Amino acid sequence: MVHWVRAAALVAVLGAMPAVGAMAQTVRWAASGDPNTMDPHSQNVGTVTMVLQQIYDPLIHRDRDLSLTPGLATAWRQVEPSRWRFTLRQGVRFHDGQGFGPEDVVFSITRALQPTSNFGIYVDTIAKVEAVDAQTVDIITKAPDPILPNKLASVFMMSKAWSEANNAARPQNTRAREEMVTTRNTNGTGAYRLATREPDVRTVLVRNPAWWGWQVEGNTGNVAEIVFRPIASDATRIAALLSGEVDFVLDPPLQDLNRLRAAPGVKVVEGPEVRTIFLAFDTAREELLYSDVKGRNPFRDLRVRQALYQAIDIQAIHRTTMRGQSVVTGTLIPEQVNGYAKSEDVRLPFDAARARALLAEAGYPQGFSVTLDCPNNRYINDEQICQNIAAMWSRAGVRTAVKAQPLAPFFAQIQRDDTSVYLLGWGVPTLDALYSFQSLLATRNGAQGDGIWNYGGYSNPRMDALIQRMKVESGEARKATIREALQLYREDLPHIPLHHQMIPWAMRSTVTIPHMANNQPYFRWAMAGAQ
Amino acid sequence: MFAFIVSRVLQAVPVMLAVALISFAMFAYVGDPVAIMLGQDFTEAQRAALVSDLGLDQPFFVQFLRFIGNAAQGEFGLSYRLSRPVAELIGERAPATLELAFCAAIIALVAGVAMGVYTGLYRNSWLSRLLLTVSLIGVSLPPFLVGILLILVFSVWLGWLPSFGRGEVVQLGWWSTGFLTWSGIKALILPSVTLGLFQLTLIMRLVRAEMLEVLRTDYIKFARARGLGNRAVHFGHALRNTLVPVITIAGLQLGGIIAFAIVTETVFQWPGMGLLFIQSVSAADIPVMAAYLVLIALVFVTINLVVDLLYYAVDPRLRIGRAVARGR
Repeated sequence: MVHWVRAAALVAVLGAMPAVGAMAQTVRWAASGDPNTMDPHSQNVGTVTMVLQQIYDPLIHRDRDLSLTPGLATAWRQVEPSRWRFTLRQGVRFHDGQGFGPEDVVFSITRALQPTSNFGIYVDTIAKVEAVDAQTVDIITKAPDPILPNKLASVFMMSKAWSEANNAARPQNTRAREEMVTTRNTNGTGAYRLATREPDVRTVLVRNPAWWGWQVEGNTGNVAEIVFRPIASDATRIAALLSGEVDFVLDPPLQDLNRLRAAPGVKVVEGPEVRTIFLAFDTAREELLYSDVKGRNPFRDLRVRQALYQAIDIQAIHRTTMRGQSVVTGTLIPEQVNGYAKSEDVRLPFDAARARALLAEAGYPQGFSVTLDCPNNRYINDEQICQNIAAMWSRAGVRTAVKAQPLAPFFAQIQRDDTSVYLLGWGVPTLDALYSFQSLLATRNGAQGDGIWNYGGYSNPRMDALIQRMKVESGEARKATIREALQLYREDLPHIPLHHQMIPWAMRSTVTIPHMANNQPYFRWAMAGAQ
Repeated sequence: MFAFIVSRVLQAVPVMLAVALISFAMFAYVGDPVAIMLGQDFTEAQRAALVSDLGLDQPFFVQFLRFIGNAAQGEFGLSYRLSRPVAELIGERAPATLELAFCAAIIALVAGVAMGVYTGLYRNSWLSRLLLTVSLIGVSLPPFLVGILLILVFSVWLGWLPSFGRGEVVQLGWWSTGFLTWSGIKALILPSVTLGLFQLTLIMRLVRAEMLEVLRTDYIKFARARGLGNRAVHFGHALRNTLVPVITIAGLQLGGIIAFAIVTETVFQWPGMGLLFIQSVSAADIPVMAAYLVLIALVFVTINLVVDLLYYAVDPRLRIGRAVARGR
């Protein structure tokens, strides 16, 4: 028996021999969610992007500090107010060996513009894409778009020939009954290519030695193979890291962080995320849906919103619930976002007495009751934050019930405008303030992006005018407009800002991956092997 | 016999329809698949187009009838979450769940019967008392806790067994098996113990009670009077007579093992149908959820039918009863 086992072990070792050399540079990576698709223009969510951005390149890359750096385009400039010119990198090849050229840019952007794409927000201002010559592409926008390069940093380039040959010229079509080739196959230009794709089980990426970027300074990664496995259960994910079956966990649960820090061979890397947590009020209805105040809406009164703001002891939430891992804020956007102004990042002070006085002044000396809608598995400690706030508001006289739900029913509910006050966390993938203002604070008017996440129905013509100006202005004028909008945000209080989220990553101490504020690991900078 | 089968199958039809209706009605509360598919940025026009693409703007009963019509042809549509045909997804995951359920059932049956016989024969030994006490824990601890404890001990502390996944699998046609590789077998141990533990304790207690009962009966005394040895009495006469109810219970529990694999699969990230179901719930992936629930109902209905038929074959009194009723 023993002999048999030894023999089997020997066979296993011999079988694995060719991989031994590469073993040191394999990173086994786990996260709670699996990408739904391998199509680069279908689902605009972090779990998809975190894998695809290893495989596909955009025209413009992001550097470690999220600033823009050349990708498949080596240079870009605004030749006319509505015309951006991109110079393409030469000699780039897709993983299937075909060359990359201007027709691929035209094709990819057109594909992202299809109604079945979720990437509309990045390309919605584009009217036309023109191939000028073999290394130049012009993008003509409907109106001047100062932040087009920021947006194009999120649009991946596909091969026109490959996509058309595989009948994948449109992103995922729900009307079709067949699976599309791009659901499980890729053909990018990026640092890694897809070797195995088993949805919900395993996704294996191998290094593309021919990637153009390995010649570029700074791309010092040595990882030869990435094995991604989704592990949904928090406890199991952490057990796998502790037992050495996994090298890198993108989303370790907060309650385990102290244990992970103390564990030998494991490190926790923390950094800010570009995501702001806030509460938003229903300021549109004449009477709240979930309150005992009849005939009027207390949240339409600025004094009530201010009272609830000042009733929140944000430092207590920061210290206890968030265990110090949050950046308390008084504004809509974190500092990595273009347009951020330190002078506008000021909170109304916590003052329970003032809160009660304001409520009495507004005509609610006895307070009132309200239901706070809250997700319980979307943001870090989301439900606990709501519980804390409910307790603080109740102390000030506003009797608050928390309705915490998983994200699917929560989002379904608030998207029907079926809420009186809710907690939301907002990430800014374009890293520009317009994205937040447009989605969260513009009056909903059916236009792409305007007010689509404004479920409190906040509407102020002055804010709308500022947002329209943000869309077309550039330079110092635009900066001033954003600052004015941030000022108005502080005066109007459509939201109560709480904090920017901090995101911890956990990894074996043999692995080094730079922490990114967009919560995306970039393996082109990852080092694995001996410490 | 034929009439019996036909009547049983006809009884199963309304059960299946009821399950389909209830599960379909439930989906109104799991969230909006459209919101999840559209992501963070969309226009009202895009939203309306998707709603009409998915047929969600039609009245409830139209949607339900269309679902039943397609399901009867084995057509469950495309998963919203993964954009792949549901039948293909379930077919891909079924081997993982069935292998896990098979191992769990074998562990439960073999260990349960052995331990049941031992505790029945040696009622007062310290080992029997220990087994009974431990089995009480097995019955009362929820499976996710058992799973996590096993992971903590055998993966994190001892490092012997993997904490998640199926290990290396070998593809035999459309069936993927973990039985043919060492890592696949190692990966099966913890989840099947977790899944089988409850059934194991149940079978052990059942066998023990039956053994105690049978050992007191007259024919055991006669067997002893005939001078038969302990071995022949215990296993030839006593155990064989305890097995009829055990087989019934074990058969019915098999459906339960497949259905309740959801929890075990989630804890061990076991890529089976249960995990697929849980992930579909979080994404409001209605086609997958509906197909899974209908499939589980079908498993239960089939197992019940088989058990009924086995009774009919095994227990002569059922057949006589019918003959008498017909006046012959």
